[in-house]
Amino acid sequence: MSLTSDDVYKIAHLARIEVNNSTDEAGKTEVSVWLDQLNSILGLIEQMQVTETENLDPMAHALDSVLRLREDEVTESDHLDAFQAIAPEVEAGLYLVPKVIE
Amino acid sequence: MLTYSLTELSGLLKSRKISSVELTQSYLDRIHQLNPAINAYISTNPEISLNQAKQADSRIAHGMSEPLTGIPVAQKDIFCAEGWTTTCGSKMLSNFISPYDAHIIEKFNQTGAVLLGRTNMDEFAMGSSNETSYFGVVHNPWDLEAVPGGSSGGSAAAVAAGMAPAATGTDTGGSIRQPAALCGITGIKPTYGLVSRFGMIAYASSLDQAGPMARTAEDCALLLNIMAGFDPRDSTSVNRQKEDYTADLNRPLTGLKVGLPKEYFTDGLNPEIAKCIEMSCDILRKEGAILHEISLPNSPIAIPAYYVLASAEASSNLERYDGVRYGYRSPSYHDLTDMYKKTRAEGFGAEVKRRIMIGTYVLSAGYYDAYYIKAQKLRRLIANDFSNAFKEIDVILGPTSPQPAFNIGERNNDPVSMYLSDIYTIAVNLAGLPGLSLPAGFSGQGRPIGIQLIGNYFNEARLLNIAHRYQQVTDWHTRRPAL
Repeated sequence: MSLTSDDVYKIAHLARIEVNNSTDEAGKTEVSVWLDQLNSILGLIEQMQVTETENLDPMAHALDSVLRLREDEVTESDHLDAFQAIAPEVEAGLYLVPKVIE
Repeated sequence: MLTYSLTELSGLLKSRKISSVELTQSYLDRIHQLNPAINAYISTNPEISLNQAKQADSRIAHGMSEPLTGIPVAQKDIFCAEGWTTTCGSKMLSNFISPYDAHIIEKFNQTGAVLLGRTNMDEFAMGSSNETSYFGVVHNPWDLEAVPGGSSGGSAAAVAAGMAPAATGTDTGGSIRQPAALCGITGIKPTYGLVSRFGMIAYASSLDQAGPMARTAEDCALLLNIMAGFDPRDSTSVNRQKEDYTADLNRPLTGLKVGLPKEYFTDGLNPEIAKCIEMSCDILRKEGAILHEISLPNSPIAIPAYYVLASAEASSNLERYDGVRYGYRSPSYHDLTDMYKKTRAEGFGAEVKRRIMIGTYVLSAGYYDAYYIKAQKLRRLIANDFSNAFKEIDVILGPTSPQPAFNIGERNNDPVSMYLSDIYTIAVNLAGLPGLSLPAGFSGQGRPIGIQLIGNYFNEARLLNIAHRYQQVTDWHTRRPAL
């Protein structure tokens, strides 16, 4: 199946990536470039469907390992200052973002 | 001294014929001279490097040296290193100064190696030509018109050009082996879980694995001795006995059973590469190896399955780049969602956005089973192909890349043709196996050709042994580009 422009906008919204309305040198809009490229990649992916996988277990991980557990104890020291020194905008130990609740 | 192997350099340092400061300065000078043409490095920091070299010299003077003490190593710009900008080849992290060290950076620091600089790479390790880097294309030292491969293209070019004696890379679908092949050096992607992923910026976490890139298998063995090992901070790090990868380098190959997958020798393979593999088969036979044809019947589905799984994992891993805690934030926006969208639209390049969007799509409601679960089942088939093959043979021999290095710009407009560059490397990541690429000849155009050895789980020592024996009777790994 092929994507439509509406699908591209929907996927980009889910991925929180802005699609702008500009056109490139060839006069193509950004959404039409994405549309062509994503459909071409999905065409490649479609080749998966020819192989039968009826009774197979999905393989999530190379070594089928189980996540290790550890004792519930503090292992990290406080890095707040070092971490906030590289943040775009902070105040009083908090990360600042545009107002969310009116 | 820019042509010596790590073993030779280590001997010279230990006997104090050269100092680490001199050695580091020579490499920094070479980088200064060649980087404008090759662009292998994103950043250097001579002050930090020379300070580390001084400390190494004092450690050597006190008789406390280890094999890599005082040796400069180029680090791919994907490994967090405290005080260094760590960009992952992206505008998104172009201002990110890491507040901590990756596990392997700690290990190199502990052994007294010198961090020589940060090598260029495809953005977030997504690419096979090093053309997706925000910091510009890397040029292949053998031919400046050609790509170096990717994503660890800066590391491969740096080693090939004598701008570093050794480097690190990461490999999610071929990103160590393919650039090693295209630049005429040796590189090994270890078994998944052998080298800790702590502090290594994530692309596709179930496939990502770090490994060494150097001129020779012996040098790779020395580096892997430092890099491999259990780390509780990586939930998939494997807890097993430490090995010395140099111990068995000289083991004879008598009776070694080598499998040649018939699916790898089809029309898609460049005839010059096929010829190099034939010549390599003769060399291995002379060393006592026994060669068989084998079959990996599900090879053709590796690329589609990979692009579902890797993109799905990437879309999830790269959610963290939201302009809130670190990295790039768009300068203008009107609310929180707009800030996320503009930050990500401006901070990521086109290839990264493509993979995030594909990943978002295959994980979205209604498509999860048809794409993601289907790809995981195919992954099982591919892993089963290898485990069946390893019942009969010890190691698989094949091409690393379907062609020698292609020209810069040649595949830019067609993501799918770029994806096909990884046709012989991707299945190894899906199965989690170790794979090694080593130089085995040149094309008529003078571009390097690599061959790939694939081993069973944790058989790194055997792969390095075979490559080392091969390098004792060939001289491809000693050739240098004219620069």
